[in-house]
Amino acid sequence: MDILWKNIGPLANIPMCGARRLCFGHGGRPIAVFRTAKDELFALIDECPHRQGPLSEGIIAGDAVTCPLHNWTIDLKDGVALAPDEGSTQALPVRVVNGEVHVGLPHAESVAA
Amino acid sequence: MNISFRESDDFLSGGEHDGLRLVVIGNGMAGMRTVEELLKHETGRRFRITVFGAEPHVNYNRIMLSSVLAGDKALDEIVINSRDWYAANGIRLVTGDAVTKIDREAKTVTAESGLCVSYDRLLIATGSKPLAPPIPGLGLPGVCAFRDIADVDKMLEAARTKKRAVVIGGGLLGLEAAWGLKQRGMSVALVHLMPTLMERQLDAAAGQLLQRDLDRRGIAFFTNGQTEEILGAEHAEGVQLADGRSVPADLVVLAIGIRPNIDLAKAAGLKINRGIEVFDDLRTSDPDIFAVGECVEHRGQVFGLVAPLWDQAKACAAQLAGDGSALFASQALSTSLKITGVDVFSAGALMAADEADDEITLRDDARGLYKKVVLRDGKLVGAVLYGDVADGPWYLQLMRSGEDVSAIRERLVFGRAFADGIAGASAATDYSAMPDDTQICGCNGVSKGTIVCAIREKKLTSLSEVRAHTKASASCGQCTGQVEGLLAFAAGAEVKASRKTLCECTDADHDEIRRAIVADGLKTMDAVRAAFGWKKPEGCHKCRPALNYYLLCAWPGEYRDDSRSRFVNERVHANIQKDGTYSVIPRMWGGLTTPDELRAIADVADKFNIPTVKVTGGQRIDLLGVKKDDLPAVWGDLGKAGLVSGHAYGKALRTVKTCVGSEWCRFGTQDSTSLGVKLEKMCWGSWTPHKVKLAVSGCPRNCAEATIKDLGVVCVEAGYDIVVGGNGGVEVRVTDPLVRVATEAEVLEHTCAFLQLYREEAHYLERTAPWIARVGIAYVKQRVVEDPDGRLALHARFLYAQKFAQHDPWAERARGEDAHEFSRLPALAEA
Repeated sequence: MDILWKNIGPLANIPMCGARRLCFGHGGRPIAVFRTAKDELFALIDECPHRQGPLSEGIIAGDAVTCPLHNWTIDLKDGVALAPDEGSTQALPVRVVNGEVHVGLPHAESVAA
Repeated sequence: MNISFRESDDFLSGGEHDGLRLVVIGNGMAGMRTVEELLKHETGRRFRITVFGAEPHVNYNRIMLSSVLAGDKALDEIVINSRDWYAANGIRLVTGDAVTKIDREAKTVTAESGLCVSYDRLLIATGSKPLAPPIPGLGLPGVCAFRDIADVDKMLEAARTKKRAVVIGGGLLGLEAAWGLKQRGMSVALVHLMPTLMERQLDAAAGQLLQRDLDRRGIAFFTNGQTEEILGAEHAEGVQLADGRSVPADLVVLAIGIRPNIDLAKAAGLKINRGIEVFDDLRTSDPDIFAVGECVEHRGQVFGLVAPLWDQAKACAAQLAGDGSALFASQALSTSLKITGVDVFSAGALMAADEADDEITLRDDARGLYKKVVLRDGKLVGAVLYGDVADGPWYLQLMRSGEDVSAIRERLVFGRAFADGIAGASAATDYSAMPDDTQICGCNGVSKGTIVCAIREKKLTSLSEVRAHTKASASCGQCTGQVEGLLAFAAGAEVKASRKTLCECTDADHDEIRRAIVADGLKTMDAVRAAFGWKKPEGCHKCRPALNYYLLCAWPGEYRDDSRSRFVNERVHANIQKDGTYSVIPRMWGGLTTPDELRAIADVADKFNIPTVKVTGGQRIDLLGVKKDDLPAVWGDLGKAGLVSGHAYGKALRTVKTCVGSEWCRFGTQDSTSLGVKLEKMCWGSWTPHKVKLAVSGCPRNCAEATIKDLGVVCVEAGYDIVVGGNGGVEVRVTDPLVRVATEAEVLEHTCAFLQLYREEAHYLERTAPWIARVGIAYVKQRVVEDPDGRLALHARFLYAQKFAQHDPWAERARGEDAHEFSRLPALAEA
């Protein structure tokens, strides 16, 4: 797939076991970049599949984040809600190049802020 | 049996209780509950305790034997205390060795094995023996009582190999035995001396309904049946009745009643009537010897139900621990029957005693419903319920309180919901009658239909599963009782009784974890998780905030708060709203504000286009719809006018609501406003298990609504009444009185001590109301009021913790702390 990589700045901007929300969207929707305690990065559309709560504000444990609005827990790897909840939010590719984080947007849909 | 040990004389030095030897005869429910209660007392823990049990088991819940017989529970599920518990509490347990002699001169007891132990205090809890009628054939194999694990083993063995059982006795115990054996596949007949069943607990009408229902379930009844003989040569073969009827049987169970087991006490020369006579302080005629449970007689009364035993245990333990004021008084009691699907409740008088008494009866034969209440002098003195027992606890409460029920007389028999004119009273909810669209969980908008549907379709059997699938009761938790009720209604007997662990990452509960954090010096979340073998190395969204709080509370100044384990509101110091914006509520001390503060609030609202400004219930002003990126600037502007964080987003001290008091009000007795300000200045910034709201009212008119707050102060001419544990939320709870004090300084001291006790001992996310309901107001009083040294220590710990807590988080963030929380990441370039 044709991917447009966006550089969002140094890895240090994203707190360990935390997340940041990007000021540009994807298809009109916000993006969250997560950094786990094991220092792995993930990116998701920042909308809980339940009521579009901001996942970037949730508590991160392991490879999952819990939405602050109604406690749905979402797998960071694929954006799928953990059972028994059902639903998913889109996962986006993310990589680190020379200490800077790049989020990959599928090109055709990408929307610059 | 040969158990040898050394009688040590290594008395500990110190107070008068140090090293006193307590011997307990009887490892049953009453005796061990007394020991458990004793261990709650500081002085009680200093006893050196030896427990003798005649049975070879640890102590178990005898009431649940019928559930074991019926197959509803396994034997290990009814164990109350494991051997580890005895060991951990330094209690020497001697099982399978019955005490045979008490020597009051030498102050020793001697057991079958020859073991002889000295005592300073002796507790007799020998319980009761089954009554046996004087008839031939009692000694035959195949005849047993229904009293202990050995009896249940015999009955289960018979159920495996034999067919026919006869139970003699149609009381509570006999009926449960009959039902259990029926469940185990035997054909069961029940012989009862009287014309109707359970005649001591049920009137004739309810007794007949019960017999009809059990008859339909396949139990054959022989009422008016006096047993003359148990037939059989080598083994029980049947029962011969006096009127000529005979009933064949392979197993005969005697359950005609119990009598206090007084043999030891009698031989020791203690005063005996039907039972061992005890005074209100549970002492026998020998002041060093106490007795509790079914073996005692108190003011002419003997006991067969468990509730008064718990009261005895509590009073006896307090006496042993040196509290001479603790006395036992028997209260109105209720009975219920443990037969699945047969609901029976009875308390107090079964019928009118004379013409001055009134009976009110409701009977619906088609539905198998029967309710009767008995009134005397406008008060409820008895209730018999059959088929629907949901209102039983309410009737019992009315009987105990002795309140006048004349005003609700016409509605009384229809139950609480009707009498109170309110729907949805949790104790009285009829789930089958509830419409499917009734909203159960207000937080998550979940209806009864959704919950019942999920339980049935997905075969849910526990509260946590229902929470996971429907979210009902997963937020504020106030509807937990209703969800549990629905679970019982929809899933019936399959409901699992699960232990309330901190979360699914661990098998440990809140109390164990809190104790270990302090006792074992665990100072990081990793240390706690390692000590308890957490299933997930990083925990989950439930345990992380709880552990963060517990550590913060236990190690003020040492533990470093982990913002990554805080819910977003506490991390960014504002309340997230459903659209992802935030609300900002500055503190208004005691509800006071100034023109300058109001101008600053108005200016901020204009400058940042804040769409909604609202006055809160806590006498402050809420700015709603603030964009996250604007928060630090909003706080900076508010801070210039002296406004600080109101912690409206935290599990922390929220508001101190006040009335205007003696400064302005013609009724005010004290300066409630300035006292409120002092309380708020002292307590702000403190993190607590859940939110905490205070109020001070200047007179008993209570305009600040102090009696529904976590802690309220109601000023009176003589001083200040402090009340605690109130709640004005979904489940309104009026406070319990804590203490009346004379000075403001005492109010401040008691408030600190109370908050610190709550901080140290409540479970995370447990408000003061359920906490006090759980531990009892008597316990809170004992710690905060009756123990001045303890109170000062709590007070000191609270103030010490405040040294590290009283920093305005808004000012810090307006200066740039945690800036990453409040800004979005820019996109630098396309790569």
